[in-house]
Amino acid sequence: MTAAVQTASSTTHKVMGHPLNAWYVAGWDHEVTRKPMARRIANRPLALYRTEDGKAVALADACWHRLAPLSMGKTMGKDGIQCPYHGIVYNSAGRCVSMPAQETINPSATVPSFPVVERHRYVWVWLGDPTRADPDLVPDMHQMDSPEWAGDGETIHADCNYQLVLDNLMDLTHEEFVHSSSIGQEELSESDFVVSHEGNTVTVTRWMHNIDAPPFWLKNMRDKFPGFEGKVDRWQIITFQAPSTICIDVGVAKAGTGAPEGDRSQGVNGFVMNTISPETDRSCHYFWAFMRNYRLDSQLITTQLRDGVHGVFGEDEEMLKAQQQAIDANPDYEFYNLNIDAGGMWVRRLIERMLVAEGRMASAVQAGI
Amino acid sequence: MAATNVEVWQHATVVDVQDVAAGIRRIVLEPALPKTAEPGAHIDLKVRIAGQEDRRSYSIVDSADGGRRLALSVLKAPASRGGSEFMHTLAAGDTLEVTQPLQNFPLRVGAEQYILLAGGIGVTAMINMARVLKAVKADYRMVYAGRSRDAMAYLDRLREEHGDRLQVHVDDEATSLQVGELVAGADMDTELYMCGPIRLMDAVRRAWTERELPVANLRYETFGNSGWYDPEEFVVRIPRLGIEATVGQGRSMLEALEEAGADMMFDCRKGECGLCEVRVLALAGAIDHRDVFYSERQQHAAEKMCCCVSRAVTSGTGAQSDAVPGRGPAVVTIDVS
Ligand SMILES: Cc1cc2nc3c(=O)[nH]c(=O)nc-3n(C[C@H](O)[C@H](O)[C@H](O)COP(=O)(O)OP(=O)(O)OC[C@H]3O[C@@H](n4cnc5c(N)ncnc54)[C@H](O)[C@@H]3O)c2cc1C
Ligand code: FES
Ligand code: FES
Ligand SMILES: [Fe+2]
Repeated sequence: MTAAVQTASSTTHKVMGHPLNAWYVAGWDHEVTRKPMARRIANRPLALYRTEDGKAVALADACWHRLAPLSMGKTMGKDGIQCPYHGIVYNSAGRCVSMPAQETINPSATVPSFPVVERHRYVWVWLGDPTRADPDLVPDMHQMDSPEWAGDGETIHADCNYQLVLDNLMDLTHEEFVHSSSIGQEELSESDFVVSHEGNTVTVTRWMHNIDAPPFWLKNMRDKFPGFEGKVDRWQIITFQAPSTICIDVGVAKAGTGAPEGDRSQGVNGFVMNTISPETDRSCHYFWAFMRNYRLDSQLITTQLRDGVHGVFGEDEEMLKAQQQAIDANPDYEFYNLNIDAGGMWVRRLIERMLVAEGRMASAVQAGI
Repeated sequence: MAATNVEVWQHATVVDVQDVAAGIRRIVLEPALPKTAEPGAHIDLKVRIAGQEDRRSYSIVDSADGGRRLALSVLKAPASRGGSEFMHTLAAGDTLEVTQPLQNFPLRVGAEQYILLAGGIGVTAMINMARVLKAVKADYRMVYAGRSRDAMAYLDRLREEHGDRLQVHVDDEATSLQVGELVAGADMDTELYMCGPIRLMDAVRRAWTERELPVANLRYETFGNSGWYDPEEFVVRIPRLGIEATVGQGRSMLEALEEAGADMMFDCRKGECGLCEVRVLALAGAIDHRDVFYSERQQHAAEKMCCCVSRAVTSGTGAQSDAVPGRGPAVVTIDVS
């Protein structure tokens, strides 16, 4: 155990455990098909596929018999999947429906089938207590599939504990240093921000008044207001939904046209949609998308924005990987906290509460050390 | 589910014992390493029988406070080898070795409709399932059958918890369960979970197959010791190995063969896996198949048997009424792998 864990006053765990009673994205809707695929979520290897009726299924990716990966098998019949090794067939509930070379079925032959919900262009899976798998608990990411928003995204396989991604997104002052060529500007670290929390959400709000638009935002303004020049008011409103979804309301508007008071008509508005699924204690699947509410019909803008954000997030990806390596290479050093970490610290507290409620706080933290 | 069946052994202290029906005792344990028990879970524990250590399984009736208190309920088995008798000697303060909860009978949440069928002591496996189904507001029905009311544990409590969703059948009140009617109430989306005597479960399986309901929706757990016939003493021979052994009423054929020096293969020892299969060469009497490994066709053919649970009985015709224990013993001649 490292000093970081023993310091009772600080709960800044370097490797954060993940709650199990939560919906995590297992994949984009288009990734899950009739051909089974393997993905590990929250340390649990899953075989994902669709039934003939198109229903997404998540089974443990280990056959009951000899633990061969079902994801290497093939789908069969209405909703089944056949083990690639000795041919046991399971249905979507994980029940064996046929056993090789015998006329009956061993009643204990099952593999776990995890609750699945398809929503907001994602397939979500629940790995904890199935009796609590309430679809209403899927995070609100409605911009993903609302007719009022357009956009697209990608997946980053990040080589770091998922909490490092959450930290990264809860504090955008890093943009000034990591993303200096696209969205960074010095006003970011100079401007004030307000943190609030309520229930299972944390919000960080930052306004920058009467500033120059950085390159990324200037281009967006010109997409909506051709030839735009001049100062802007810029906002970032970061909302975290426990345990691992962060939607960021971002945009700029012509300076002084009333955006802070609620009139955004003279600006451009985007939502950076992020939801992170722990893979192992030191890796995660980071699903992101950039949605906008102007020029909805332009596939060109959709592609340009996706590629632009791809470049920006590539810079984060590198930093996060390097950070995780440095953490692991320095097990005897702790994290210290700055005022700018307030949002991230609230995130940690909400996650820790979930872990405590699951009775997994000690083990979840120790597992990562 | 391999992953959830890693055996973690621990000490447990008996904190309460109480009779809950004729011959059935509720035993509450406080395990050293608590873990919440899912519905359908059981624990294995070490019993002492005539100075020897042995192992028995008991379903978890209640798992309170994150598994800090586990309640079992044990029926004193009629011709017991001693496991359940040992359990009935336990008193508050005693300690024993138990596993953390093991799971071979998982409840799936999300089916359209459920029937839970409990026969006799099999109710122990169904109580926690019913509780969870109620909590998730599932469409469920619990059917509880027994010989007589005073031998049926937890009747009042179940009535209180489940009201009209509980349906009770009592043999000596002439309200015996009609398996045909029960299964007629199931449709393609119904999952039926059952635990009870093998005859009851056989009858349900047959009705289920006849109605062509999905086999995967019929879920059951065997407690691994009830048969169609009362156990009789019988003789088993393996000519190739020159073995002849007498299988006493309270012993299994597998145990008798092991003691006689045969090198036997097995796994579950409760009639599910088929690894203890022996080939029947000749038979004076009939076979009381107590396994769930063979299909009805295979059991009928009587060419093989699962020697961990199945027995030979003296019935010329195979009909139960033709069993004549006094005329015995039945003799089964076999070969082994
Ligand atoms: C998963 C699981 C859960 C269980 N849950 C419960 C529970 O909640 N409550 C409960 O009371 N019991 C439960 N049991 C049964 C329990 O484990 C014991 O089998 C039971 O207590 C009887 O043990 P015993 O040693 O007293 O009797 P046994 O000696 O095992 O005798 C019981 C009966 O079976 C006959 N018999 C004995 N051995 C054999 C054999 N090898 N082949 C054929 N017939 C035989 C005997 O003649 C007697 O009629 C469970 C079993 C399993 C596998
Ligand atoms: S490992 Fe899957 S059938 Fe053998
Ligand atoms: S040992 Fe498994 S059926 Fe006999
Ligand atoms: Fe970034």
